[in-house]
Amino acid sequence: MIDFSQSTPVILSEVRQLTPTRRELVLNMGPQHPSTHGVLRIRLTLEGETVIACDPVIGYLHRGVEKLGESHRYAQFVPWTDRTDYVAAPSNNLGYVLAVEKLCGIQAPERAQYWRMIMAELTRLASHLVWLGTHALDIGALSVSLYTFRDRELILDIFEKFCGARLTTNMMEIGGFSREIPPELPEMVREFCRYFPKAIQQYEDLLTENPIWLARTKGVGIIEPDVAINYGLTGACLRGSGVNYDVRKAMPYLLYDRVEFDVPLGTHGDVYDRYLVRIEEMRQSIRIIEQCLEQVPTDGPLMAYESQYVIPPHKNVMTTAEDMQRHFIWVIKGFSPPKGEVYHAVEHSKGELGYYIVSDGSPIPYRLRIRSPDFVNLQSLPYMAQGAMLADIVALIGTIDIVLGSVDR
Amino acid sequence: MDWQRLLVSYFVGFVLLNVLLGLMAYMTWFERRVLARMQHRVGPNRTGPFGLLQPIADGIKLLAKEDIVPANADRLVFLVAPLLSFALAPLGAAVIPFGESLHLFGLEIPLLVADINVAVLYVLALGSIGVYGIILGGYASGNRYSLLGALRSTAQVISYELVLGLSLVGVFILAGSFSLQDILREQQRVLVIGPLTLPNWYILSQPLAFALFLIAAVAETNRAPFDLPEAETELVAGYFTEYSGFRFSFYFLAEYINMIVVSLLAGTLFVGGIDGPFADGVWWLALKALFFLFFYVWLRATLPRFRYDQLMGLAWKVLLPLALLNIGLTGLVRLWGIGAL
Repeated sequence: MIDFSQSTPVILSEVRQLTPTRRELVLNMGPQHPSTHGVLRIRLTLEGETVIACDPVIGYLHRGVEKLGESHRYAQFVPWTDRTDYVAAPSNNLGYVLAVEKLCGIQAPERAQYWRMIMAELTRLASHLVWLGTHALDIGALSVSLYTFRDRELILDIFEKFCGARLTTNMMEIGGFSREIPPELPEMVREFCRYFPKAIQQYEDLLTENPIWLARTKGVGIIEPDVAINYGLTGACLRGSGVNYDVRKAMPYLLYDRVEFDVPLGTHGDVYDRYLVRIEEMRQSIRIIEQCLEQVPTDGPLMAYESQYVIPPHKNVMTTAEDMQRHFIWVIKGFSPPKGEVYHAVEHSKGELGYYIVSDGSPIPYRLRIRSPDFVNLQSLPYMAQGAMLADIVALIGTIDIVLGSVDR
Repeated sequence: MDWQRLLVSYFVGFVLLNVLLGLMAYMTWFERRVLARMQHRVGPNRTGPFGLLQPIADGIKLLAKEDIVPANADRLVFLVAPLLSFALAPLGAAVIPFGESLHLFGLEIPLLVADINVAVLYVLALGSIGVYGIILGGYASGNRYSLLGALRSTAQVISYELVLGLSLVGVFILAGSFSLQDILREQQRVLVIGPLTLPNWYILSQPLAFALFLIAAVAETNRAPFDLPEAETELVAGYFTEYSGFRFSFYFLAEYINMIVVSLLAGTLFVGGIDGPFADGVWWLALKALFFLFFYVWLRATLPRFRYDQLMGLAWKVLLPLALLNIGLTGLVRLWGIGAL
């Protein structure tokens, strides 16, 4: 694990310096700009093409999601998690429902846990594909983005088959899944796993050894391991610097301890290493999905119906009085989890996504806090931008892999 | 009969200009279709058969748009700059020979507008002036992205112009002339090396110069992977960020016409122009130019974009020394008469 005592602090005042002199030019990049991945705004101080200072301004997509969570019942908040990181909705769902389940002391049945893993890994692929496409597009490789979006469609088709929605899936439920897995779904996922390694190879053929790509990414935006830890980076931003921290290994949730996979690490901590780490993560995700498909039971419950916190089964609601009453209360009033506070983190495609919930025993959370990985990772932008060129800024935004819905929440 | 020759020249020029503008419009269609094929897309296919009317629809749309001048722009310069770019672009085609003279109605019609004895220098000079359109437009827009785009463009064009010019010196040494007609005539000779019979195309005797010319030409026309002046993911649209409507289309037209002219030039200088198997003629030049245009699109679909400092480094540290080396070698070969090429 990480030795936190070894690291030296970063002095933020040295990184930020925002007084333009006569030789400098202040350039306002965003919130409407082709490569700020949504509505990020960056105030750049330039001298020629060299970046003197870089100040990200966020909040243009702030919708008060945390506050919404504190005014909705527990089960009602799941759709809101879709809308934080909207390119990886099932992973957000997963982080939230696992936190609530931890609070209530429920555990989803084994079969549901496997399917949650499969969906979470497919989400990682979908999210990485969006990242790769936009990152390459920012650096000028036009075609890669169309290839990645072509393959992302296949994942979205699987999502659609599974839950009916493609982007804001609202897929996970507290306690598992209340609907049966479509019988043709395992074959769809298998088919995708057979196809996808070829697609990764195609992206790599276009980029990995391309001299221009190397020139644009190698040695750019270097983050040293101790700096990465001090900034609280997680995900590929941290592993690209060579720090071995993956929530799936460090604090295994679901059944990640039953599958074999490697955590790719970078060595230099530059944009190129983070690119390689994410490419390898995609291969590992395929490995995880294949193992899950082998291990998942074909039959069995998908929902922890034995718990009082979980919505009663649809069939019983229509036939038994007890369940009908419970269902009525569950829907109208919501369930009241025990008092207490929990934090549960999942390895989201962008890093550690944590949900912190304080319960006062009422059906509405007293406090709900989302630790979104890209909000934390975005902090490293001014550090990486020191002495960079203007063109590097777009590469750096891409390498952090931000989604503004998740940064602003 | 000087007035007659002048009249014929005007006529040929008029025809050429119209052909060029038509080609330019269809170059956009060609690029979009080819790019789409390379990217698993369909491309424009709704307007007319195979989307062939798309350029016309685009043209009408652009002409019908409002002509917006930003409040803090330098009004006069802002309005004139795109015209400058556009007006200079097709002039380069005037010196490219499209074939031997044609005899019609007892008149000798040369298939080129002007046979200048320093034709290549003239084309290079046009490129230098053409960049003023970009610089002035960028400066006059009153927008920081435009300014940065214009600055990049200035530096880029100045650097690559040098490479472009020097890469051609080898060809001049071998041909012993600046005139495109002379260069073409030299290439129409046949080269016999042992059992092989090769055309005397300069791509064979000057491969390094050809590679340098190709790279510099892509940079000179601001195309990917050297499209830094208009790098949309960094500078929104670079020097024409503030332009709209037909002034925007002038820049657009200029870029595409420049591409066509450079492709024609590459075809004429290095691969024998109208020279080809079976029957010499303008179709060979068209085919060669089309290949270079396809090459442009191919590059755009494949390569990421260079960074500003890398671009300048490439020009000054790699391409320029190579061009000088090429000149030196060609000079020595010529001096000692090796092979008497």
